Amino acid sequence: MSNIKYILGSFGDPDEMMHGIEKLQENNIKIYDVYTPMPIHGIEAKLGVKRSRLDVLAFFCGLTGTASAFALIYLTSVVDWRHNIGGKPALALPDFIPIMFELTVLFCAFSLVGAYYASTHLFPGRAPRVMDLRATDDRFIIAIDAKQNIEHSKIDGLLKDAGALEVKYNERKYVSYE
Amino acid sequence: MGTHNYNLSEQFEFTGKAKTLSILGIAIGAAAIIYGLFVKELHERTFANLLLMAYYFACVCMSGAFFLAVQFVAQAGWSASILRVPQAMAKTLPIAVVILIAVIGAGLYTHNLYHHWHADGLTDPNSPNYDKLIDGKSSFLNVPFFMGRQVIFLGLYSIFAVLLSKLSANEDVEGGLNSYRKSFKYSCIFLVIYGFTTPVFAFDTVMSLEAHWFSTMFGWYNFAAMWVSSLATIAVIIILLRKAGYMSWVNNSHLHNLGQFIFGFSIFWTYTWFAQFMLIYYANIPEETVYFYKRFEHYEFWFYLNLIMNFLSPVLLLMDRDNKRHENVLLSVSIVVLCGHWVDYYQMIMPGTVEEHHGFGALEIGIALGFVGLFTFTVLNALSKKPLIARNHPFLQESLNHHL
Repeated sequence: MSNIKYILGSFGDPDEMMHGIEKLQENNIKIYDVYTPMPIHGIEAKLGVKRSRLDVLAFFCGLTGTASAFALIYLTSVVDWRHNIGGKPALALPDFIPIMFELTVLFCAFSLVGAYYASTHLFPGRAPRVMDLRATDDRFIIAIDAKQNIEHSKIDGLLKDAGALEVKYNERKYVSYE
Repeated sequence: MGTHNYNLSEQFEFTGKAKTLSILGIAIGAAAIIYGLFVKELHERTFANLLLMAYYFACVCMSGAFFLAVQFVAQAGWSASILRVPQAMAKTLPIAVVILIAVIGAGLYTHNLYHHWHADGLTDPNSPNYDKLIDGKSSFLNVPFFMGRQVIFLGLYSIFAVLLSKLSANEDVEGGLNSYRKSFKYSCIFLVIYGFTTPVFAFDTVMSLEAHWFSTMFGWYNFAAMWVSSLATIAVIIILLRKAGYMSWVNNSHLHNLGQFIFGFSIFWTYTWFAQFMLIYYANIPEETVYFYKRFEHYEFWFYLNLIMNFLSPVLLLMDRDNKRHENVLLSVSIVVLCGHWVDYYQMIMPGTVEEHHGFGALEIGIALGFVGLFTFTVLNALSKKPLIARNHPFLQESLNHHL
């Protein structure tokens, strides 16, 4: 058994890469992931990537922000220390709305940044993990798990037929910037 | 990237049910106007309703031209295949402008509209009617200057609206980038003019009904209202055309974009509405709060209905991605928003004209139906004159392949 962990098909053209994905799927070869330097329309549907749940997170974090802001203002200026501002009642809702709005946006934005870092493993100070450096430049990479798909020569042939410029056999999962 | 075989010379035929119903609407509207003008007590209410609908009609059409200009200046590709709908609205603008100016002129002449600043003796210090505040504003609010502004602003909008739609017709015949470049240039000029003059147009047409009160936010508040109602109109027309079997190239990504526009600008409308309300509420100065005092006193139901229809319903119903892409949901929300902005204009105009003698009955519904019929008739008539797609638009392929 070899030490090869991942097989990477490196394409120079997005249409050829999409064709390569089709070919691999026709032969029941499971694709680990695809890395491209730019967004490609329709690729999520083809790879069966599940829809992001970021919007649900954003909604609930936003609601948390609204509730926190209301609790903060309510507890400080209605319950704990009532102010007389322009003769208005202590619970003057229109005055609260700008702060509630701002905290909604703030909580939402912070939680989205955090969720993005957590899901992509991109924390400040950490070397980014990439499987092929040229996927950030001019190559379109299809990665296949070599341990699960053992017919390496068949995969090699399929990728090259589809137009892969290069097929790499990596013994390490990631090539980091060292 | 798929290949398409859409019929690029598809043309809308304006016949059948759409034509009958719009003519029926016009007939109902005419009957309501005649009824309102025969009963003397209803004169002012009729004029207020005419102003409301004529203003609404003109605003939707001129925002159609604004939509075109925004797409050209942003060099937007997604909208290239739906531009014929706002173009038809822009082409209708001259008709809307003539009607609005006629309503304003007749209202001024018969003292049914703008009598707050246009009446005998308001600017004469020796008269018992003398009003110091109106006298101070009379160098701006006097009939010749007021009518001059209306004619110049609306005339300018009409010229650009017709020009943009004509350039697109030329493009169909000639091809090439010549028309696109010209459209881009005129759109830039139009946006600058439009941005600076629409607030003044709103101050004149609506805010001066209550000439003592003023709010600098009012112009943007009206701009948001006219823009979002125009977007909702575009969505309604496109969805109904699709249901009738036209515009097969419009996919749910186009609807998604329109839905995002309606969602975003409904929030923008609420933002401007709230910015105006909150500052007045917070500062609590009598000369400013009088505006909302009137609305709370006699229009409380409409005041809250306005917020529910124009803020809560689009926000809650269009927040979800799937809802924006769903034809029927987008259609119903657009209709709610369109009715909502009628309510919005209603509570802007009525307290300054008929004050506590307002009502909601045959007159309101009839005149509204009349203008909806007129709008449908004129816009669909303009739409049927040209193919439904601008086939030589440089971004057409991008729009046909639009995918979100």
